[in-house]
Amino acid sequence: MADSTYVAMPASQPAEAQDSPRHSAVVRLTHWIFTLSFFGLVVSGFAIILAHPRFYWGETGGKGGPSLFDLPLPTMLGGPSGWGRSLHFQSAWLAVIAGSLYIVSGVLTRHFRNDLLPARAELSPGSLREILLHHIRFKKPADDQSYNVLQRLSYLGVVFVVFPLMILTGFAMSPAITSVFPWLVVMFGGHQSARTIHFFAASFLLLFLIVHITMVILAGFTSRMRAMITGRIHPGKVES
Amino acid sequence: MSNQLSRRKLITTGFAAVAGVAGLATASRVAEHYGLIPPDSGGIWGPGATLNYAAQRMLMSHHSLAREFNRSDVSKVTPVSGLAPKNEIYDRLQRGNFAEWRLKIDGLVARPGLFSLEEIKRMPPRTQITHQACEEGWSFISEWQGVPLAHVLHTVGISPRARYAVFYALDDAWDSLDLPDAYHPQTFLTYGMNGADLSNDHGAPLRLRVARQLGYKSLKFLNRITLTDGLKHVGNGKGSISPDLGYSWYAGI
Repeated sequence: MADSTYVAMPASQPAEAQDSPRHSAVVRLTHWIFTLSFFGLVVSGFAIILAHPRFYWGETGGKGGPSLFDLPLPTMLGGPSGWGRSLHFQSAWLAVIAGSLYIVSGVLTRHFRNDLLPARAELSPGSLREILLHHIRFKKPADDQSYNVLQRLSYLGVVFVVFPLMILTGFAMSPAITSVFPWLVVMFGGHQSARTIHFFAASFLLLFLIVHITMVILAGFTSRMRAMITGRIHPGKVES
Repeated sequence: MSNQLSRRKLITTGFAAVAGVAGLATASRVAEHYGLIPPDSGGIWGPGATLNYAAQRMLMSHHSLAREFNRSDVSKVTPVSGLAPKNEIYDRLQRGNFAEWRLKIDGLVARPGLFSLEEIKRMPPRTQITHQACEEGWSFISEWQGVPLAHVLHTVGISPRARYAVFYALDDAWDSLDLPDAYHPQTFLTYGMNGADLSNDHGAPLRLRVARQLGYKSLKFLNRITLTDGLKHVGNGKGSISPDLGYSWYAGI
């Protein structure tokens, strides 16, 4: 490649380079693919629950036996669980592909370390109390480039704790996967326990989604949407 | 300069697209060769169903065994989904204690034949205590008695051309297994459950037991097994009645 210097040279003006995008292209792309797949997972998850809205603890449980709790929903046998299951797995594959891309890129570009890992000072009781009070009083957050400590902790928790838990409890319900990795289901205390934990973790993610959207609206819906679509907080500058 | 760059971008994109298409085509040929494409790979749910099947077939290439349990783990409540067939043939067979019932085995086999329940019970019996989950969400643990399907397949001598075992039932349901699952040591033709004869609702006289898949793959009320080299020309061409009802052919989940 004789003219490879073209690629090595920065294409953008120095002034633009300073105004780096709020969200990188990979983060924006995976965010919206993930939005689509998460929607598919929630809709299909609900369809699957309708086939049997009862939850158990341990290995087994079913009609005619005791349950941990019953959801006040109709039992729709032969209902939407057929396409529900197909949509659930199709969406899950899309989520896993987008999620893996996000994680690999986040590690390689040091996005997690630089933008999401809280500094030690931010974790002191005093500073945590201050930021909590800010949130409770619904103070509009400053339009700055970095995340506050609560955002950092909740994003890290969702990405590195709750989503892995969803995947592992999902695997634990697969008789094929647990034939290869029996500890997956043993670790959660049985097939039905894994199903119940999967349900609670999904409910937590739905709660996270509601808070996430509320915060986006409070912080300024248009500018945050623009930031996640074009990469820029302010209009007029489209990321090259 | 920007002109050159955009032309280069165009060429690169073109090459990437061609490489991508060629890569996908090669991947699907290789996947087909190694038996990683399920019969219901077409349609809108095809990508998910194919990824599930291919990923799990590769993961289970060493013929992993489903977990087995102790007698004390056996569930007291054993729900059923779908009761015994209400047709004249089934009524007559079960009134006669299934003495008139025969299992027909044909297709790509050296010695096709008809087997009575007594003949099947005289084959080397095995038991397994395994967990069975319904796709609806409930599950139970039972002790199953029967003969490994592998033994029956050896008895009739299957052709090297055979790639699938297709199962037919007295309630007009049908399904199929690829050979890795047909020959799996925990794939049984069962006639007993928890020390008694299989009840009608649980699939009497003979029920397939596929320990590494959801309950709906364990077809009840069997009366025929056919060995085939493909599934395109069997029934709906999707390997089972399940895709017509919205469920995937492969149910390792």
